[in-house]
Amino acid sequence: MSAAPAGLRSSGDVIVFDRVSYSIGGRPILENVSFTVSAGTTKVVMGPSGIGKSTILRLILGLIRPQSGDVIVLGRSIVKAAAGGRDEIRRKIGMVFQNGALFDSLTVGENVGYSLIEHGHIPIDEVEERVRTMLKRVGLDPDVLLDRLPDELSIGMQRRVAIARALASNDPQIMLYDEPTTGLDPVSVEMITDIIVRLRQELHVSSIVVTHEIPHALKVGNRFLFLYDRRVAFEGSASELAESNVPDLVRFLAPFKISLAQAFHSFGEGNGT
Amino acid sequence: MGQGAQIEVIDAILYGTKRFFEGVQDLAVFSVRMLAAVFRRPHYWRDIYEQTYFAGVGSLPVVLVSSFFAGQALALQFARQLRETGSESVLGTMMAIAVVRALGPDLTGMVVAARLASGYTAEIGSMKSTDQIDALTAFGTDPVSKLAAPRLIGIVIMLPLLTFIANTVQFLGGALMARFVAHVSLSLYWTQIREEMVFGTVLIGTVKPLTFAFIMAFVACWKGFASSGGTRGVGQATTESVVIASVLILIFDFILTRVIFALLHW
Repeated sequence: MSAAPAGLRSSGDVIVFDRVSYSIGGRPILENVSFTVSAGTTKVVMGPSGIGKSTILRLILGLIRPQSGDVIVLGRSIVKAAAGGRDEIRRKIGMVFQNGALFDSLTVGENVGYSLIEHGHIPIDEVEERVRTMLKRVGLDPDVLLDRLPDELSIGMQRRVAIARALASNDPQIMLYDEPTTGLDPVSVEMITDIIVRLRQELHVSSIVVTHEIPHALKVGNRFLFLYDRRVAFEGSASELAESNVPDLVRFLAPFKISLAQAFHSFGEGNGT
Repeated sequence: MGQGAQIEVIDAILYGTKRFFEGVQDLAVFSVRMLAAVFRRPHYWRDIYEQTYFAGVGSLPVVLVSSFFAGQALALQFARQLRETGSESVLGTMMAIAVVRALGPDLTGMVVAARLASGYTAEIGSMKSTDQIDALTAFGTDPVSKLAAPRLIGIVIMLPLLTFIANTVQFLGGALMARFVAHVSLSLYWTQIREEMVFGTVLIGTVKPLTFAFIMAFVACWKGFASSGGTRGVGQATTESVVIASVLILIFDFILTRVIFALLHW
């Protein structure tokens, strides 16, 4: 495992992004990106569409490899780990993909219990009980949904099932959310937001939430990172975000001016500002 | 043609050649991964069962119908030509050779390729475009073991069986023409077919469907995993999958026939 630069990493960091550069077919997506995520915190990654926000999550999961730099997850480099080591690290991460990515040929129950059945963490007769618990945790009724297929559910319900599936895997220490509220109605956005906040408070899970919806970001996050032009243009707390005069960030936040004021008023103080 | 246009044509040819060899290399690498996944744990028995059922039982109706009519058409053609030389009595022999060595494996291969290659590519491609394949990886599942290996096993088991059934149905179709058009005794027709079932004929009739099954599974799964560009990309990959699988089946049909003939000194 390579050591991250001094000052970047502390013993409380669960994720360390160390000077990571990533490109596709010669087109640079991320250049020299460094940041950390401390245990028990939620870092929100913001930025315009197509800037490489989701790429960060894929790098953390080891689904893709950076051209240079290192990604250290729970003290181990997922870049340098062998296939078996990568799977071990992944088992401690819960990932909620954009649009849920539920397995459409499996029922809700099979989706949520997938990892439990696949890896045989617990006896098969306990799987259903665990699945029911996870569905209840995200506010869904297992009696109604257990045998339904994903495409029979609303988009909001699919996202909540995806969160339940990520949670069921193996009590993850890290949760990654890729645009969890995109395309949802306001009520569903509120529900998902509450679930993410509650999981951090109750389970002390460290999280990264990728989003470009600022009001949602302010509610769930206590550290914020703004990606622009392949680099980290801003990193800080909510109050630092509000006071930042980084031109690209100011331009990005401008359309949310009113929402920002409301969000800061309602949630800012409680989120580590 | 101006010099600029000539350079453009040469560039296009070089680019096309480079892409072709890249494609061949990707297909070869992916095929090796698929084969390795077949022998590596874990084995997804439920998926293997489902894919075997889908390949076999699902393809049966279309194979039965197409084979019955193809057998009749072939026998009709033979009967017409044989009548001119007064040789209708060898209709059974002609049918046995044509069906087992060529029409049976080829027709079944093409019909099943149209159904399964498109199905495999579309299903895996849409899973990829909706991040389901990344989700499998995130849960520690090797997508090739979970999705591609069961499809390969299913089709390798089922295509030879389907071909055997198709051959039988084509003989039955031919028997109708033998009895009512060529006026050949059915006992003579079936005796000639049985006598033609020599080692070489059976070898060709067995090796071909097995090879076609590997071709279909390799091409279709590779195209599914390699697809990109959302719904349009999946559609394009599906079309390419059927075209490549069909063309390769016909090319290997010739190669296998040539090789087996050479080996048997026919």
